[in-house]
Amino acid sequence: MKIRMRTIGLIGYLTLLMLPIYWMLNMSLRENNDIMSRLAFYPHHPTINNYVQIFTDPSWYMGYVNSFAYVGINTVISLLVALPAAYAFSRYRFLGDKHLFFWLLTNRMAPAAVFLLPIFQLYSELGLIDTYLAVALAHTLFNVPLAVWILEGFMSGVPREIDETAFIDGYSLPRFFLTVFLPLIRAGVGVTAFFIFMFSWVELLFARTLTITEAKPIAAVMTRTVSASGLDWGLLAAAGILTIVPGALVIYFVRNYIAKGFALGRV
Amino acid sequence: MQKTFDNRAWFLVLPVVLLVAFNALIPLMTVVNYSVQDIFDSTHRLFVGTDWFKEMLRSPRLHNALWRQLIFSGLVLLIEIPLGVLIALMMSKKSGWKTSLTLVLVALPLLIPWNVIGTIWVVFLRPDIGLLGHFIDSVLGISFDYPTVPIEAWISVMLMEVWHWTPLVVLLAYAGLCAIPDAYYQAARIDGASGWAVFRYIQLPKMRGVLTIAILLRFMDSFLIYTEPFVLTGGGPGDSTTFLSIYLVKIALGEFDVGRAGAFSIIYFLIVLAFSYVFYQALQRVGTGEGK
Repeated sequence: MKIRMRTIGLIGYLTLLMLPIYWMLNMSLRENNDIMSRLAFYPHHPTINNYVQIFTDPSWYMGYVNSFAYVGINTVISLLVALPAAYAFSRYRFLGDKHLFFWLLTNRMAPAAVFLLPIFQLYSELGLIDTYLAVALAHTLFNVPLAVWILEGFMSGVPREIDETAFIDGYSLPRFFLTVFLPLIRAGVGVTAFFIFMFSWVELLFARTLTITEAKPIAAVMTRTVSASGLDWGLLAAAGILTIVPGALVIYFVRNYIAKGFALGRV
Repeated sequence: MQKTFDNRAWFLVLPVVLLVAFNALIPLMTVVNYSVQDIFDSTHRLFVGTDWFKEMLRSPRLHNALWRQLIFSGLVLLIEIPLGVLIALMMSKKSGWKTSLTLVLVALPLLIPWNVIGTIWVVFLRPDIGLLGHFIDSVLGISFDYPTVPIEAWISVMLMEVWHWTPLVVLLAYAGLCAIPDAYYQAARIDGASGWAVFRYIQLPKMRGVLTIAILLRFMDSFLIYTEPFVLTGGGPGDSTTFLSIYLVKIALGEFDVGRAGAFSIIYFLIVLAFSYVFYQALQRVGTGEGK
């Protein structure tokens, strides 16, 4: 009986959780005048026209390409610099290590709004505006500290005896790191990559400010269309649903580690 | 085991330091530069010292935004933490497709771009085409107009926030629950402990570490909230949902008042820094196991 109460409660919560997303999906499968004329709980005349329009119009689908491009570049940069740093924090004490870690942490906590204008000016000076690299670099501001943090949690879970044995066996640090250590924490690397992807994917303040047309992310293309052409709700809903799909796919791959990742590898 | 002391480890952290310094220190210096000058154009600027700071610290709009922010972040914690723990307790600890599906569904809102979150709720709350808006308006018969009624705007933003971020608390609490060895439950069963006793004396203490992270992450992130309420209400009606970040962007980009915005940024940053320090101390304790 107790078990059934729990199941009912959980199903109730999941239903409420999915309802707004379902409503968006429902609207994305209907024509705009159909949406405006009446309230329907499911699409009576489902149409995929909204999706077809997005996939055939470059000003729409390039938004996806742009989003994936800067998220990808950001993930690579963040992982490459965060891996050695996390190893240093988990294995060594060094001058100012605690202060440095705290300083990194403050950047994860810093309001993006504070940095928005100065970063825009800095990147303008460097001629980076409207490139993938600009958004990717700006997102390292919060993603690199996060990556160091999660990776450090995972790395601290690996016994130090493994390092010491390897060094006695004559491994150099880079060789040990690449051939022994990295395979040991590959789940942690995967989870970290997922979180970098996620936070770069959902962030919009930087992504929108630092791009004009060439590198505009899909989520920003959406808002521009909303303000310009008198609201096509169906199209807007379809674009919104398409921004959810990549996240849903990636979650599936890391589902067993996702909770541990959210706990910064420290459960 | 003690970590070895080796200053060569600096070489390993150097890339991170350079990259983050490029993104954080240079802009921060620019902000400080703004905050002490009155800039008319690129050649005419006046050093004003701490005038902007004095003005902003006395500004009633800033005070109101700060209070609004603190109340908002407080409410977020009060609602999301108990709700998240409750739902985590309902989830099955056995692995299987049902658990996987639940995890994927719960995590889904966390992976939606923040302005899409706003858009979803704009649509969902509209009385003419949105399900919830229509339900409140037509079925309950309450005239619902969140863009013009402050209290309804607040409820809408809170609803969206709870919908968006409670899953984070659920996932953290669930991770904490899964880490409790079965032996604890067996011992409790032998002692004939009630469900409440199991929760109070086994599950809650064991979740302390992850709940610390949950509380602090939720507090910090809700303190920086910008995109979702901006899309939903634009900070309105009036200033009623103008939280700190929205207010800052209004001054910096809307009014292009970089002096005031600079001073405000520094104040905002110092507040966040103070909270981060508390967070760091708490996290250190979690890391060394004292918090468990």
